[in-house]
Amino acid sequence: MSATRAATPPGTRARVDGADPHEARRGSTLRRHAGLAAIAALLLVAASYGLEPFRNFQLATVAAYLCATAGLTVLTGLNGQLSLGHGALMATGAYTVALCQNAFADAGMTGGWLLPVSLGAAVLAALAVGAVVGVAAARLRGPYLAGVTLAVAVVVPALAVTFDGVFNGEQGLAVPVEPPPTFLGQYFPYERWQLWVTAAATLLALLLLANLVRSRYGRTFRAVRDDEVAARLAGIHVARTQVLAFVVSAAGAGLGGALLAVLAQSVSPGAFSLTLSLFLLMAVVIGGLGSLAGAAWGAVLLVVLPDLTHSLTERLTLSPALAQRVEGNLPLAIFGLTLVVVMIAAPGGVQGLLSRLARAVSARRPGRRRP
Amino acid sequence: MDRFVFLTLDGLSRGAVLAAFALALVLIWRAARIVNFAQGAMAVATAYVAYSVSAATGSYWLGFLAALVAGLLLGAAVDLVVMRFVDHASPLNPVIVALGLVLLIQAVLGMVYGSEFLPAGTPFSRNPLTVGGVAVLSPYDLFVFAAVAVVVVGLAWTFTRTAVGLRMRAAAFAPEVSRLLGVNVGGMLTLGWALASGVGALAGMLVIPTELGLHPHAMDLVFVSAFTAAVVGGLDSPPGAVVGGLAVGLLLSYVSGYAGSDLTPLAVLVLLLTVLLVRPAGLFAPVTARRV
Repeated sequence: MSATRAATPPGTRARVDGADPHEARRGSTLRRHAGLAAIAALLLVAASYGLEPFRNFQLATVAAYLCATAGLTVLTGLNGQLSLGHGALMATGAYTVALCQNAFADAGMTGGWLLPVSLGAAVLAALAVGAVVGVAAARLRGPYLAGVTLAVAVVVPALAVTFDGVFNGEQGLAVPVEPPPTFLGQYFPYERWQLWVTAAATLLALLLLANLVRSRYGRTFRAVRDDEVAARLAGIHVARTQVLAFVVSAAGAGLGGALLAVLAQSVSPGAFSLTLSLFLLMAVVIGGLGSLAGAAWGAVLLVVLPDLTHSLTERLTLSPALAQRVEGNLPLAIFGLTLVVVMIAAPGGVQGLLSRLARAVSARRPGRRRP
Repeated sequence: MDRFVFLTLDGLSRGAVLAAFALALVLIWRAARIVNFAQGAMAVATAYVAYSVSAATGSYWLGFLAALVAGLLLGAAVDLVVMRFVDHASPLNPVIVALGLVLLIQAVLGMVYGSEFLPAGTPFSRNPLTVGGVAVLSPYDLFVFAAVAVVVVGLAWTFTRTAVGLRMRAAAFAPEVSRLLGVNVGGMLTLGWALASGVGALAGMLVIPTELGLHPHAMDLVFVSAFTAAVVGGLDSPPGAVVGGLAVGLLLSYVSGYAGSDLTPLAVLVLLLTVLLVRPAGLFAPVTARRV
């Protein structure tokens, strides 16, 4: 048994692995993924006109979280490395975007190309930090890796206070973002524009990740996860593969953090606490480790559950102070409880349950269960 | 020079608490091969129990006692209700479950007590005594040393001199053989969790008054420091945990005294990374090949 095997039951893996007999018939992976992305983009544009502004904003937040959870899925689900530090990597991306946008605003530059440049810089910054952490992580296993990344998650937000000359301490920085371009009309809703921007960035990132997962690199990721010795014997450079997985994952987290900062138009260390890192882990575990679809479920949960508890506490008649306490903490309690229950009862998460259900319904392939 | 003496003594006092907390981590690691990432949150929960009992009775010592009892019970409960059912095939699973417990415990504490810092009392003064014009330890520091010493000696005695301690070591070392010889392995595991959690509760009671106060996240950084201490000593070695705790305490004290308290988290991270990259098994563990 590999010491780094991730918490993925064999059932979910069958869906994700590249060895799909139907693959040749369905045509190139890239074309299929691009088609899916185009369909998703069309649906999102349609949804952005159908939904009210607040729902647009929520959908944009889901998209931003999805970048980070997809990155974490690649790392934990496909490569078997646990990271509790992805909140810190998101903070890296978010602060980079803030610094870039402020620098552009100070220099008096305007134009639609500024935001993509800032987002690119955020991804590069997260890549750099991820490479540093990843080189250390490639030498560590199990609880040691968890401990180091936990330390990163606790320490990095504190740096914003230590170097408050640059990062402005607990206050954080504002992120100036330009209004929607004028050719969309004068009364184009800002939330719809936000959704378009974040969804475009997220779909691009997901397209790249989905292709990576299906590629030779994705297969080496999984090989290293399942058995390091066997992978090494097959000629895979284990450490290099692990660093690469960490770097890719960090880029996803950095883009997610940057998009969150653009959505909120501000960054502060409080938004990137240890709790955020635990949330991300919770989201990918509950969604289902080992598949990007699971990452999507997780991102949806991260936005929907606080909303649900908010409406629940509004329903209850509580004193204002108590209501505030319950509202702030009930989602966390539910997340924590769900995480424990899912790990014990259904380690495949939502996506694992769905694929098991699909198999049971079709009943053509006998459901593969844990031996 | 006076400052150096003061910082050294202060560091040893901090280190004693970290040593106790690291010892709690080592206890569970030796018994169950799990790093209990929920240790900090569990310790905070017991500190809140102490706060409630002390507020109701007006006595620090009743609260202190309540925290220790709550720690023992909470540890046993976590093992019996949660950890026993976790699939240990991957080392990630217990870690993820422990993190779920962190979220759950911190959220419940936040709902019941709110997220403001509550004052945590001390039984003795924290003003340092002066010896020959040099500020040295406070009465509270002496209390910390005494409490940690009692725990360390008590645990050492339990594990080396008593029948229960022998059974616990046997259950951890060779569960199958111990079971055949009539040792209640599951019970020993639960006892190990209870003991570790009790020690963690004690450490929490000792450290929280020296920090900002009682808060659901009060132990986050303490946990990272204690984990570092346990890793410095080698996760398998109780004496290593004590030495590692004192070393980390001294480091924290010197860094905050000479370079600024903002930098202490960074110093802990650098130390943790350095130790793990240079000597991953810790300073006190024999070198072994990584098992795959």
